[in-house]
Amino acid sequence: MKKQLYVLRDILGTNQKVAAEIKAACEERGILVLNLMSSPGAGKTTLLEKLAERLAGRHRMAVIEGDIETERDAERIRAKGVPAWQITTGGACHLEARMIARVLPEVSPDIDFLFIENVGNLVCPAGYDLGERLRIVLLSSPEGDDKPKKYPKAFLTAQVLVITKSDLFPHLPFDVERAKSEALELNPGLQVFVISALTGEGLDDLTAFLVASREALRAGHA
Amino acid sequence: MHELSVVASLVETIEALAGEHKAKSVTGVWIKVGPLSGVVPELLESAFEMYRKGTIVESARLSIEKTPLRAVCRACRVETERTDYAPDCPACGSTDLEIAGGTDLILERIELETDEPVSPAQ
Repeated sequence: MKKQLYVLRDILGTNQKVAAEIKAACEERGILVLNLMSSPGAGKTTLLEKLAERLAGRHRMAVIEGDIETERDAERIRAKGVPAWQITTGGACHLEARMIARVLPEVSPDIDFLFIENVGNLVCPAGYDLGERLRIVLLSSPEGDDKPKKYPKAFLTAQVLVITKSDLFPHLPFDVERAKSEALELNPGLQVFVISALTGEGLDDLTAFLVASREALRAGHA
Repeated sequence: MHELSVVASLVETIEALAGEHKAKSVTGVWIKVGPLSGVVPELLESAFEMYRKGTIVESARLSIEKTPLRAVCRACRVETERTDYAPDCPACGSTDLEIAGGTDLILERIELETDEPVSPAQ
């Protein structure tokens, strides 16, 4: 006997449910969760190293690293005195909320920021909510200023765009204004920062924005 | 390219529903996929073929409906619908588009094969 069942359910609904639990658990404790995504080599780990230096002493942070293989990124973060967990996906192109949920019990509840560095990939990570309050997409100048519209989902779903490696602008045909306007046409609400981890340009502004975002979260949950 | 994990998630949901309804198999699966869902319908079909063996959907027919992307041009205000993502307005060529919808990745309906006829409560 055949039976039709109308479901109308998001196929990734299970992921969203777990993500919502992560978000609620972290935000209740005043932890700002951030999901960093970009192509490989755009500078996610280097940005986290720089943020670790700037937040040190005033704020506590932890990092969950996602990579296909190796502990390398987590080791770089630990070298800055920041607790870090490495998730190796063994081939999977993105992190899912369940992977974060497995690590979360080990993360101290007394932190201010939980950074999740996604697998380097501008496509697949955009489909998976990890419970973040802020999704940060990084675009490095060597990748080209035409990327936002070629990889729209990452830019459409982010709240923050960080254009990295600004120290290379003089050497590249990268038009920072074009990169910004492409991204803003897709997503007018994006907060845009232009940084260089080498010269330090833009890092203070970005740090101040993150600290303010975390204060806003805490005020909302006070 | 994460269609296989999308299929894994899909089959997990269907297995739970089939269990709730005491179905012995699932004969049809209807899903909706938008151009900004992050998955490619053709790759989703291949992933479904790879994954189905030994699961409740082993003999199910998969139907994928491609849902359109709706965009409003901020320059000429023309609203368009298309099934592929494109970064410009077909009316005036402007690239300043407001995107509304198109991220669907939805399990719409399944057809279940149940053992006993569904009879009213005795």
